Amino acid sequence: MPSKTETLLEAVKRALGDHLVAAKQDYGEVDIEVAPAGLYTAMETLRDHDELAFAQLLDIAGVDYAAYGEDEWITDEATNTGFSRGVDGFTTGRLGLTGIYGVQPISANTGRRFAAVYHLLSIQHNHRIRVRCFAADDDLPMLDSIVPLWASANWQEREAFDLYGIVFNGHPDLRRILTDYGFVGHPFRKDFPLIGNVEVRYDENRGRVVYEPVSIEPRVLVPRVIRDDNRYADPAEGAADA
Amino acid sequence: MPEISSYTVNFGPQHPAAHGVLRLVLEMDGEVVRRADPHIGLLHRATEKLAETKPFNQSIGYMDRLDYVSMMCNEHAYVLAIEKLLGVRPPERAQYIRVMFDEITRILNHLLWIGAHGLDVGAMTVFLYAFKEREELMDCYEAVSGARMHATYYRPGGVYRDLPDRMPRYRVSEYHNEKDIQRMNAEREGSMLDFLEAFCDRFSGTIEEIETLLTDNRIWKQRLVDVAVVSPERALQLGFTGPMLRGSGVEWDLRRKQPYEVYDRMEFDIPVGTNGDCYDRYLVRMEELRQSVAIIRQCIDWLRRNNGPVMLNDHKIAPPSREEMKDDMESLIHHFKLFTEGYCTPPGEVYASVEAPKGEFGAYIVSDGANKPYRLKLRAPGFAHMSAMDEMAQGHMLADVVTIMGTLDIVFGEVDR
Repeated sequence: MPSKTETLLEAVKRALGDHLVAAKQDYGEVDIEVAPAGLYTAMETLRDHDELAFAQLLDIAGVDYAAYGEDEWITDEATNTGFSRGVDGFTTGRLGLTGIYGVQPISANTGRRFAAVYHLLSIQHNHRIRVRCFAADDDLPMLDSIVPLWASANWQEREAFDLYGIVFNGHPDLRRILTDYGFVGHPFRKDFPLIGNVEVRYDENRGRVVYEPVSIEPRVLVPRVIRDDNRYADPAEGAADA
Repeated sequence: MPEISSYTVNFGPQHPAAHGVLRLVLEMDGEVVRRADPHIGLLHRATEKLAETKPFNQSIGYMDRLDYVSMMCNEHAYVLAIEKLLGVRPPERAQYIRVMFDEITRILNHLLWIGAHGLDVGAMTVFLYAFKEREELMDCYEAVSGARMHATYYRPGGVYRDLPDRMPRYRVSEYHNEKDIQRMNAEREGSMLDFLEAFCDRFSGTIEEIETLLTDNRIWKQRLVDVAVVSPERALQLGFTGPMLRGSGVEWDLRRKQPYEVYDRMEFDIPVGTNGDCYDRYLVRMEELRQSVAIIRQCIDWLRRNNGPVMLNDHKIAPPSREEMKDDMESLIHHFKLFTEGYCTPPGEVYASVEAPKGEFGAYIVSDGANKPYRLKLRAPGFAHMSAMDEMAQGHMLADVVTIMGTLDIVFGEVDR
């Protein structure tokens, strides 16, 4: 008997047809990717199809894949002095930041940088699905709004717009939601520094709060490391090597 | 004579009924709300971005500070997501401890909610009753973790340490004499489980007391009945979860439908409302208090009879004991690596969620195989509930806005993240 996720995956494949770009099941979860052009229709099918019936949109997460798989510590080769100790070069949160580290451009593969990830839940069938949709253009990431399908998408899309700059076409009220009034930039992008760009303080002389460029320097306390851990290696790959 | 069609009222962010830092711009037609526009984000701390720059374990403490009245439930979702990535399950005893503390947390949350909700609507006494009980439960938090609120008690692979055999006791001071202390320590003679059991015995009476004050109270009913009615269809559309969804009559509880830890072994009922108004949501939450007590009792019973480890013995993710480190080189290395670099997870994306007191609290982790999450997105129930504010408040009077805010059970730590 096929497992619950397999049954769901089959049903999704049948229902979505060409809109489906990729589908997989990992960790007991169904994860699919749809093309941006067919996002609205695909989501509508997911909501209204009898076998799927995803009545609830739980969450929309913007993701910036620009620095995916980049680490700050070389681990595949050791020198005679051991591994490098400090963090040099450009790291996540410092890409594109001007300062003592210079400027590092973002070299993402075009059309694969910004994605919106939708989490859907069907309480009728008691199953979940995750839908990922990459925006086609990195400079102006744009996706269709799904507010007409789920009312809860309204604020979720506003959040993704605020934090990642993903524009949702057809959204009734696309304003910033979490950041300050008059904020510049999209803070959760990987090229936005963790320390921010401006700091605020109260100016005695002018009698108001003023914004100034940040006076602190970015730092990394624990470098980001990717270890090729053999515990997580694909057993099939290991067999091929041997 | 020129006709004034509508005017705007600015509510908050420094209003006692704003439950923290909500700024609400209300478009009023006389005393009737035409449009409510909540401005959130005044407590935005970019928790998700901070988590991207820290090893997995170092962000557990941030989870406490999201929904700061249901601390351990937030930790639970985050820790579950990490465990899903790593492919590990905590020992059975740890699972029971987690379930027990999830329910303690639910009581903590609902007590604060009923206190604040009562205060908003004009019932001062409930607040005092509720906070007296909260104190006892926070002592339990303190006994296991050392912190009254921000516990950081759940860790990937189990819980930080086992339940204490001895409950901390009060000492004589210039404020309390010998006799006072004896009375105050009466329930603290035994272990933490004894203390908790004594609490459970007493707490049913407290729920009755609170219900006597409110349930049939004429003013309470006038303020709550038929205010902010949400149909089951709209509740689903608006992304409601938890008591907000159950208040509208949808029987949905992750503890039952998608059980995690040992909830599938627990016996409890899921209360649902019928009308979907503020009063039903109040009744649902009050009943949940009783069910939580029942679950805690079952956990106490099991924990008394069964001993065992509370943390996995895998030193790649859980630290070795101090004792081991003293004479074992390998343990020392493990300890050092774990607390400097942390552990790397396999690459992948997971979503794990728990039935937090306010609704479904989920953690979505994208990992590229590093020792830090590549992206962490927290699904806060309050965010969805807050976004329904406009729809729920339309057509109601200004005074009802405060009632609606109370019924939403909003905490800005999680809405703004």
